[in-house]
Amino acid sequence: MRRFAPILIVLALLATVPLATSSNVVLNFLVVALLIALVGQGWNLLGGYGGQYSFGHAAFFGTGAYATAILQVHYGINAWLGLFMGIAAGALVGAVIGALSFRSGLKGSYFALVTLAFAEVLRIIASVAPITGAGVGTLIKLDLRPEAFQFQSRAPFYWIILALVGLSLVLTRMIEDSRFGAYLVALRENEDAAQALGVNTTMVKLLAMTISAAITAAAGCFYAQYFLFIDAGIAYGPWISVEALLAPIIGGIGTVCGPLLGALVVKTLGEVTKLVTGDAPGLDLVIYGSVLILVVAFAPRGITGILLDLRHRLLSRKPAAPASLGRGHG
Amino acid sequence: MVEPLLRVEQVSKRFGGLLALDRASLLAPARRITALIGPNGAGKSTLFSIIAGFAPPSEGRVIYDGADITGEPPHRLARRGIARTFQIVQPFTTLTVRENIAVGSHLSRPARADALAAAGEVARAVGLGELLDRPAATLTVAGRKRLELARALAIEPRLLLLDEVLAGLNPSEIRDMVPVIHANRDRGITIVMIEHVMQAVMSLAEHVFVLSEGRIIAEGPPQAIAGDPRVVEAYLGHGAASRMVAAGTAHA
Repeated sequence: MRRFAPILIVLALLATVPLATSSNVVLNFLVVALLIALVGQGWNLLGGYGGQYSFGHAAFFGTGAYATAILQVHYGINAWLGLFMGIAAGALVGAVIGALSFRSGLKGSYFALVTLAFAEVLRIIASVAPITGAGVGTLIKLDLRPEAFQFQSRAPFYWIILALVGLSLVLTRMIEDSRFGAYLVALRENEDAAQALGVNTTMVKLLAMTISAAITAAAGCFYAQYFLFIDAGIAYGPWISVEALLAPIIGGIGTVCGPLLGALVVKTLGEVTKLVTGDAPGLDLVIYGSVLILVVAFAPRGITGILLDLRHRLLSRKPAAPASLGRGHG
Repeated sequence: MVEPLLRVEQVSKRFGGLLALDRASLLAPARRITALIGPNGAGKSTLFSIIAGFAPPSEGRVIYDGADITGEPPHRLARRGIARTFQIVQPFTTLTVRENIAVGSHLSRPARADALAAAGEVARAVGLGELLDRPAATLTVAGRKRLELARALAIEPRLLLLDEVLAGLNPSEIRDMVPVIHANRDRGITIVMIEHVMQAVMSLAEHVFVLSEGRIIAEGPPQAIAGDPRVVEAYLGHGAASRMVAAGTAHA
């Protein structure tokens, strides 16, 4: 239980925010940040713990979003049910892409490129297929009832996305403390050595990709319900693949809270940039890029790594021995 | 002789035009230490890779415990009880010593706590008990070699393939390591070791196979092998054995 206490404290604190403020600007900002955190939690499981860097998590985000939207619009299926079916659809896409790439032994940048290609193919299909609304996109009908997963105010949305992030944090912590988690980290560190110790690395990667896709798809489902509109560029666009890896890398790759921390920092930076520059188009992306380069170059374990080093230095006055421990994460 | 635990039959391996292994055969009797020696580039590590499932042979078969295991993937061989170490140590660098070993312990222990506890036991058995919570990246060469051995032992193997676990160690470190290997033989583990440190081969191995240019050129008890002219020539070059004999008689 001690391992879960910090997560529960953070969640409890965040849960009180809507009681303190009803400002739509603040809540909207936090909802979007948590949405990115959830996308990043998915990416982090496969990329951070498993070392398989995907550039195409949009494939899962978009599948979740479209599944939820299409099921409601074309088949009249309840939005809550759509959420679960969207998660399942995302997991399925993850399993298929994973099976194709891992069974053919794709690693490193080849894996990254193939995931990017899958996401792009899905984006192009979604931009022409009639069922996705093609170039026009899909609009979910306004129906402000909790049964329809739509709410008058932003607070319920906030609590729901916070709950989803909370679930993903608890799940990640459980995986950290499991055999599956140990195998996942082992294959990240050295695939041959892991195999020699009895790890079926293909299966472990496949399972990680499926869970990872499911988490990211949940964020896609939520996006569709929150904004009630998606098109191919939003759902399957490269922007979400970038957000998916930016948050965990900046926050601390392969750590439970890294994606959440990273998402809050990245989104805050983005907002500050907009305030200062008066919404110059694309400037927030320039800032993201610069921060990413700085983090990769000087703090490979992200903000979490910096915080851990600080704590280490404060607790023990001895010279910090394993300060550069995480360089192997690469 | 009792039925060997491992039997390598006429294994060949071709890399393009290069014949790395040429109908090499090898037997490892149960509960014995068998050594595989030979000059650099003889094909020892290639043979190990084939036995451990990391590379398929071009021809030939590998029989383990009565079953044909040729071409089975490493993770399944591990479940059958075959463990290997790597010549170039492959620690999980960001994990602690205990976490490294626990990856092996997990094979028969799904629960994290059980695996971590078992890892502690294994670490103490190979002399890493003091370093359990140290990151693997901070270990010395000798420490990494021990870790490599500990991880392999953690899967509780019946057959242990040791690829130069003594290489790079100084004489006193070798003296410390030899009893550790011996102890595992005494616990009933069958060991096949590739080794360049002849002093260790002499004191550990009960039977030696000599590989040269992909072929097994000699086999026998260590003392017989050391004096075998074919082995001397494989290491020192053609004609070396007769020159040594000539030099020996000249001195006499």
